[in-house]
Amino acid sequence: MMKNITLGQFMPGDSVIHRLDPRCKLGLTLAYIVAIFLVQGVLGYVFSAALVILVASLAHIPLKYLARGLKPLRWIIAFTAVLNLFMTGGEEVLFTIWKIRATMDGLRNALFFSFRLIFLVLGTSVLTLTTSPIVLTDALERALSPLKVFKFPAHELAMMMTIALRFIPTLTEEAQKILNAQSARGADFESGNLFARARAMVPLLVPLFVSAFRRAGDLAMAMEARCYHGGEGRTRMRVLRYTYKDLVAVGVMALYIALVVLEGVLL
Amino acid sequence: MSIALERLTYTYMPDSPFAATAVRDVSFTVQDGDFFALIGHTGSGKTTVAMHMNALLRPVSGRVLVDGQDIFEKGVDRRDVRRRVGMVFQYPEYQLFEESVKKDVMFGPKNLGLSQEECEQRAEEALYRVGLDAAQIGERSPFELSGGQMRRVAIAGVLAMRPGTLVLDEPAAGLDPAGRRDMLNLVRALHEEGTTIVMVSHSMEDVANYATHIAVLDHGTLAMEGTPREVFAQGKRLTEIGLDVPVAVQMADALRERGYTPPQGLCRMDELQAWLLAHLERRNGAE
Amino acid sequence: MEEKKQRAPLISVEHCSFAYEGAEAPAVRDVSLSLQQGEFLAVLGRNGSGKSTLAKLLNALYLPTEGRVLVNGMDTADEARLWDIRQCVGMVFQNPDNQIVATMVEEDVAFGLENMGVPTEEIRPRVQEALHAVGLEAFAQSAPHMLSGGQKQRVAVAGVLAMKPRVLVLDESTAMLDPMGRRDVFSTVRRLNREEGISVVWITHFMEEAAQADRVLAMQDGAIKMEGAPRVLFSQVERLREIGLDVPAAAALAHALRQAGVDIPEGILTPEEMVEAVCRLHWNA
Repeated sequence: MMKNITLGQFMPGDSVIHRLDPRCKLGLTLAYIVAIFLVQGVLGYVFSAALVILVASLAHIPLKYLARGLKPLRWIIAFTAVLNLFMTGGEEVLFTIWKIRATMDGLRNALFFSFRLIFLVLGTSVLTLTTSPIVLTDALERALSPLKVFKFPAHELAMMMTIALRFIPTLTEEAQKILNAQSARGADFESGNLFARARAMVPLLVPLFVSAFRRAGDLAMAMEARCYHGGEGRTRMRVLRYTYKDLVAVGVMALYIALVVLEGVLL
Repeated sequence: MSIALERLTYTYMPDSPFAATAVRDVSFTVQDGDFFALIGHTGSGKTTVAMHMNALLRPVSGRVLVDGQDIFEKGVDRRDVRRRVGMVFQYPEYQLFEESVKKDVMFGPKNLGLSQEECEQRAEEALYRVGLDAAQIGERSPFELSGGQMRRVAIAGVLAMRPGTLVLDEPAAGLDPAGRRDMLNLVRALHEEGTTIVMVSHSMEDVANYATHIAVLDHGTLAMEGTPREVFAQGKRLTEIGLDVPVAVQMADALRERGYTPPQGLCRMDELQAWLLAHLERRNGAE
Repeated sequence: MEEKKQRAPLISVEHCSFAYEGAEAPAVRDVSLSLQQGEFLAVLGRNGSGKSTLAKLLNALYLPTEGRVLVNGMDTADEARLWDIRQCVGMVFQNPDNQIVATMVEEDVAFGLENMGVPTEEIRPRVQEALHAVGLEAFAQSAPHMLSGGQKQRVAVAGVLAMKPRVLVLDESTAMLDPMGRRDVFSTVRRLNREEGISVVWITHFMEEAAQADRVLAMQDGAIKMEGAPRVLFSQVERLREIGLDVPAAAALAHALRQAGVDIPEGILTPEEMVEAVCRLHWNA
């Protein structure tokens, strides 16, 4: 009954951001990530915040929803902050716990690195929220296909991702069924120490692997029957075309990067 | 051993945007010694109902009484409930995992904390009950067996816990005609040995041939309940729900329309055959 | 039927045997058969009787260890024609979950066309046409795991249909479905056979389905044991039961009555025919 859970965190929609060419979005997200690392001061983060807010509102993503993406990373962010706070040297001591000193420089670093992480997550979330896994896979294949010259398996990689996405719900459901069946035979997955619990997973994992291999065999046969023979000579139904929207998006991103770089140079 | 469901309601993923009520206000009782069939289409809630019978699911509201005892009451050992009410899922051969058939069948008894000898003895007995010889295949890997044999091993794995009631979800699914008949005859034999049977099925023919009592589920609610005679006498209702009517019932109805008088509630092919023969004989005698 | 027989068969299997690597006995033994254009052929047999193996010989998923298979004149052993053969003979398998590749219905239907290198602008119309033919246009954008078993199998049929095959091979494609899904898939394929003239090889355990075929084959131990029109084949009740098969319920009743000395004609397949026969008995007497 995990059926209704959508994969990833894609939010279906028809906004300008949704309709940008996925290759363009992929490229712009990469550019944004690089830019975040170039941010030198407060003003840079103000620009970043402005960009994220602009894009999110264009995509009709509530900021609250966007911020939810930070939740799984809250401990990492907190850990980074604490580490920076206490581990940075400096003259100006804020306070001391036992023998460890927190300095003003430490506080600055703590805030700086936390913001870097936060903006990284927010920016990439916009990509996954507005681009379905299918389209994203497609974009990845096409973006990477020039590398085929160097024997880079762009098509195979994308096919593997597609199949993985396709089978996650199937295998999740299967795992649930096996779990139920073994529970009905009195298996206990909840109590005992770590070793006992790891052992208790055997009755779950063996059938799951057997089934995954059987499915893989079946699927390979079905793909062959439908003339699959790798990426060679393959055409695609979905065509990706750049439009003027993509050009505008590139312009906005260029402006943002210019502002960030200028801040670094001037201040 | 009896299992009573009282106003059972179950919702998947409650309090989430995906909440879906799979079963609503279902009540019926499986009496000791019944061969009870639970029918309905995919998504009617039959499997969900069945999973409550051995505490694999906990109702959102309502009660499940096994021999009069509420199994969700505080202090009731759920594992003991699962021992008493055995559950065989659909395609149970996919749950096998041990390196040998015997070890796999012993998994249940071992979880009960029984001694090695007791476990082995129970495994041999359970394999015998499903028509397999422990001496012959006990040491073989379950993955070397045929599909039908694997399914028997999986059933033995549940029988080894010596449940008083056996719940089977589509035990004959995917088998060929002979395999199907063998499997259903096995279930009947277990029933005759004194095990109460609850069989989830969407085959009306099987239900008409084997069950002593039927509950029909439709969209998560109880649509009909009674003996096969009572249920199949309402063929129209079944058709409305989108379920098949056994061929014998279809033919009896068609004969009635043509002025014949086969007995009401006739639902098995052998009954129809016996009636036809008797009828033809009577007529010949009269001439 | 008579005029169909005149033409060269679409598929002809000539004295084929096939053994899996390391297996003691061959899975298919000296099988010969031919499939005519537009024919609906049902194949029966117990699990392990070689039906699935035979199916996989028809589109070069397996190559015969002895004998040969000709598809529209092409030898399946001819590697140069491999993709033409697989385009000509489409296949739908048993497990609906294990043959859908993509995460969206229309993408999956397009999969075969993409593999064949069909030009982009042709793909979408063909996908839509195929989805229309199986009645799933409304589900083009759905995720496969949200569909019922019967719908998934119809997606698989559409995926093959888009490739414009001349033969559809369905290897127990209804075995894992409930009665409603089974009816859906069967009637879809039956209609494609009647309206589009696509030949069908329908492998099944359900006698009621086989009863609606043009011709039925019964296999045992890798060989074809019986063959004929459903009415002829299903009146040989004892022989069928000997090889672990069955007959439709109405045919079984007719047989039992005949055994008891009642004068019921041979060749009864459906409940309606049975009732009709009983009534006629009455009036004649």
